[in-house]
Amino acid sequence: MDAYTIRLFAVLREKAGRDQLTLELAPPQTVASLKRELARACPPLAPHLDACRVAVNRAFGADAQAIAPGDELALIPPVSGG
Amino acid sequence: MIALHDEPLDLAAVHAYLASPHAGGEVVFTGTVRDNHEGHAVSHLDFEAYGEMALAQMHDIAEAMRQRWSVTKVALLHRVGRVEVGGLCVIVGVSAPHRAEAFEACRYGIDTLKRDVAIWKRETTPDGQFWQSNHP
Repeated sequence: MDAYTIRLFAVLREKAGRDQLTLELAPPQTVASLKRELARACPPLAPHLDACRVAVNRAFGADAQAIAPGDELALIPPVSGG
Repeated sequence: MIALHDEPLDLAAVHAYLASPHAGGEVVFTGTVRDNHEGHAVSHLDFEAYGEMALAQMHDIAEAMRQRWSVTKVALLHRVGRVEVGGLCVIVGVSAPHRAEAFEACRYGIDTLKRDVAIWKRETTPDGQFWQSNHP
């Protein structure tokens, strides 16, 4: 098992009650599998995940993109800057 | 000039930065906090950013503006933290030799920022606080 740390922002940070989560997962993992694991590990996030993108090292990741334990991961809910 | 600020944005500093003897035109978009949203009153906004990613995205947007249009200088500034009604929350500024590329690049800059940059606003209204989305 490897530790994957995911940063949370805005509505997700409030729903989870914290600004990051660390999950122990068996490799290999992808963006899509990470979202499934997040829904299981933190049910308050589940209703929001379909609308979220995942950032991998500060860039949006496609569902099939592989992720590694050392990657900087973040859940990006629909943005509202400007 | 690309930054996130937790203090009021300085529009005069943006104009000073954009000025250039190579530029005959300057277009500056400013976004301010409105006192209403979809029929309800808004007293203020709080902006939160994933700062490291947002800055990287803003640099990418500025680079795309320089690649696609013949622009002289680009400024992208956004607030974080609390902004009152009437307060500046975003500035996208472009100077260019001619007006057409300045308008087009500025429009691209603000539109792309609103679509993609990792910044979120939370409204405070008489009914509570609500996170907003640019993609309802």
